[in-house]
Amino acid sequence: MSHTRKSDLSIILRQSAPLITVIAIFLLFYIFYNSNHPRGFSTAVYIQNANEVFALVMVAMAQTVPVLMGGLDLSVGAVMTLVNTLASHLLNGSPLEIVFGFIVCLLTGALCGFVNGCVVVYGRIQPIIATLATGAIFMGLALFLRPTPGGDVDGDLAWVMTNDLYEIAATYGFFDNGEAAWFQPVAWLPVPALLLVVVALFVWMPFSRSVTGRTVYAIGSGESAAYMSGLPIDRAKIAAFTLGGFFAGVGGIYLTLQTSSGNADIPQAGAYTLNSIAAVVIGGTSLLGGVGTAIGSIFGALVLRTISFNFRIFDIDPLLQPLFEGVVLLGAVSIGALSVLRIKNTLELFR
Amino acid sequence: MTTTDTMPKAKSRLWTPENKPVVIASGCIVVILAIGTAYTLATQGTATLLSPGYMLQQLQVGSFLGIVAAGMMLVILLGHIDLSVPWTVAASAMMATAFGGAAALPVGLSVGLAVGLVNGLGVAYLRIPSMIFTLGVNAVMRGLMVAYTGGFAPQTAATPLMQYLAVGKILGIPVALFVWAAVSVLVVFILRKTPVGRYIFAIGNRESAAYLAGAPTRWVIVFAFGLCGMMAGLSGTLLAGYSTKAYQGMGDAYLLPAIAAVVIGGTHILGGRGRYLGTLVGVILIVLLNSVLSIMQMPEAGRQVIYGSVIILMLLFYDRGRQERQ
Repeated sequence: MSHTRKSDLSIILRQSAPLITVIAIFLLFYIFYNSNHPRGFSTAVYIQNANEVFALVMVAMAQTVPVLMGGLDLSVGAVMTLVNTLASHLLNGSPLEIVFGFIVCLLTGALCGFVNGCVVVYGRIQPIIATLATGAIFMGLALFLRPTPGGDVDGDLAWVMTNDLYEIAATYGFFDNGEAAWFQPVAWLPVPALLLVVVALFVWMPFSRSVTGRTVYAIGSGESAAYMSGLPIDRAKIAAFTLGGFFAGVGGIYLTLQTSSGNADIPQAGAYTLNSIAAVVIGGTSLLGGVGTAIGSIFGALVLRTISFNFRIFDIDPLLQPLFEGVVLLGAVSIGALSVLRIKNTLELFR
Repeated sequence: MTTTDTMPKAKSRLWTPENKPVVIASGCIVVILAIGTAYTLATQGTATLLSPGYMLQQLQVGSFLGIVAAGMMLVILLGHIDLSVPWTVAASAMMATAFGGAAALPVGLSVGLAVGLVNGLGVAYLRIPSMIFTLGVNAVMRGLMVAYTGGFAPQTAATPLMQYLAVGKILGIPVALFVWAAVSVLVVFILRKTPVGRYIFAIGNRESAAYLAGAPTRWVIVFAFGLCGMMAGLSGTLLAGYSTKAYQGMGDAYLLPAIAAVVIGGTHILGGRGRYLGTLVGVILIVLLNSVLSIMQMPEAGRQVIYGSVIILMLLFYDRGRQERQ
């Protein structure tokens, strides 16, 4: 019995090695950053960092789902931008109107993903080229909504969502304006960090354990085998893209709260899409599909952003930053690939 | 071929699966021209689009995209993709203007070739998915250029030769068109008449089979990526000649249209199938679509929507890919 358990443990360890590695790299960089920051390990720094990473983390999660299926979604940045411009119109007014705005924005993100899924499944167009085209359409719609940057977002809402829990209580008058003694141990937690945990635990985890979620993995490992096993392929594909659109939509809403405006910025959308792919790869998900988790992508995105944080601290010439980021990205993927040099049978290279 | 024998002869020549995308794309070009001409006739009373001078001018602008697309097609036929095009174009243009003089053109081409070779080595020998490796190379090239230029457009100007190649005219026909034609002949020659061309199709269909059949698969991949980089470099050098100088982000507008042109032309995005004529028609379609939309003074929002819709609608009409599960 003990023997079996030991081998189980080693299998689990081996399977989650990429995830553990990326978490370790993140912790290393982040602790290093905080210990060199003049106000390191303080709530203010956590809040600022959490705000800076949230949108990218969401877009990286959005990218993970299609990648697990062996596809790629080039429209995640565009979906995020579309929801960003929509939210900049809707997130104001009475509390009821704001709730309505949130629901409409989340549904819009999911709908964009659903459209992607339908084009891929029923149009039988390759995901990469289908989402390239739908991405252009979403970007066009975003430009209709916000030809020039701007927006009107409820001030209190934007303030509390991008701060710690104390500010929620203080702004809306909960828990003796946030001064209640029992509340203090958690009052410092940044809202975006909590939102991230909520999304990961209550959206990603249930999905990845459902039949549909397992089917997404199965499609990435071998679509014909998944089909032969009677798995609901079409449904899983549409669900994967829809979930991706939902995550991108959450990122778009947050970007709106963070900047209090909507901005249909094409280069920015492109940068988010490309960084999302990088985050997914750093997070240990195989671009060939079937292997990886959205949790890994979260940390992949965190690693990417933490590297930029460190540049700020060490006062590195801003002109050199893009070069360093590029070298880190290229280095990260190359190190992961060095194992191919040890393969003895060349045929093993071709999957 | 036996299936086509039962069809009427004229139709069978046109409606082979291989020809279908080219025919549809050509039809689409006619429709775009008709809509654009109807618009100009209604608003200005002239058929601007159909005048030879205007056509040549549009094709001249399109030749930069055409050269990039030619290289991109080689890589896509392999089943790979080159996302490093934007900063390969910009880096070649910047280096070419920086060196200037007689060295400008060779330097521009060499920069492109060097980037392409790095891409090829990473993809062929490290087996890193081309999508992510070329993306990283693009980021590194961007970093190098930002560090080199200080984030501003370099002050150096294009040499007279570069300007001549981009905007000069021989017998009223832009020189850039001749460059594009030369590149096209080269690509068609490689794909049809050389072993490398056959290997490219073979690798795109099934790399392990090509390897077992004795094809030097790694070398072919490096070759295709190198050529793709060199074409991006050539395009960048010409583009610098066209606008008399190099600037940041000058290549950004070429990546996605180049991929779109190749795919609209019927080349399968997963490799192995496609013909150069299709890519040529695809480039012309995208260039004309852009120019008709500018004549109509379509705002950017509408352009993006139309652009995306056209790609999807055209692909829906094509042979929509054999079902991958068999």
